[in-house]
Amino acid sequence: METVSQSIPLENFIVLSSIVFSIGVYGVLARRNAVMILMSVELMLNAVSINMVAFAVYTAPSLFVGIIFAIFVITIAAAEVGLALAIVLRVFKNRGTANVDEIDTLKW
Amino acid sequence: MTEVFFYIMAGIVVVGALGVVLVRNIVYAALMLIMSLLGVAGIYILLSVEFLALVQILIYGGAVTVLVLFALMLTRTDDLKAKLDGDQKPLAAVAAIALLGAFFAMISQTTWPRDVNQLTVVPFGDIGDALFSRWAVPFEIASGVLLVALVGAVVIAMQEEGER
Repeated sequence: METVSQSIPLENFIVLSSIVFSIGVYGVLARRNAVMILMSVELMLNAVSINMVAFAVYTAPSLFVGIIFAIFVITIAAAEVGLALAIVLRVFKNRGTANVDEIDTLKW
Repeated sequence: MTEVFFYIMAGIVVVGALGVVLVRNIVYAALMLIMSLLGVAGIYILLSVEFLALVQILIYGGAVTVLVLFALMLTRTDDLKAKLDGDQKPLAAVAAIALLGAFFAMISQTTWPRDVNQLTVVPFGDIGDALFSRWAVPFEIASGVLLVALVGAVVIAMQEEGER
């Protein structure tokens, strides 16, 4: 494996990832449509992937566990989004809404 | 040159992400998500992990966003626009900014274990080798998870008998 000198320091990627993660957190908390919340969750998952890949290539290149983890994150995100959207469709069919504030049957 | 490319890509990612959480039209938000995810693919190329960039474009840029757009189409109601954001919007903004502040404080205080101006190019083949030897069991489990999720999604979204 060859090492290349990179003009961008590791911090830039970490800062980018934390910005995107915070935006995702804001989306999950502020949005009320279930599909929009899922989209924000996707943003958060991507932020984590950037973080792990950056650490993998900069600090632990011989193992590159971070890259493998990012592959698994993408796989699980695909499974998660498929299932979650099926649940949203089901709820929409039964209740006529995709607004998470109105789906409060389990709320005590 | 690389730096310019990084700032362009980071800008695309951040603008797309902001679009997802701020735009009023829900379909535009989904399109902004595509933009953001493709920007992340560019970031992967900058990190010299081309394989992940390809996977990102295939799975996120293709499959996930198409799925999201279909879900948006199928769950469309007239009052969608009015209820896009909840009353807790200011609180959510405060929480997100506090989290960002905490992240920045941590980043500025951390000392990295080695010179962080060098990155290592991990070849395609090495990733494949690792995935099918050291990580073979998690890999198989992931395929099982995908199968279960596929069947589960079909069963959950299926019309039950006796339903219209």
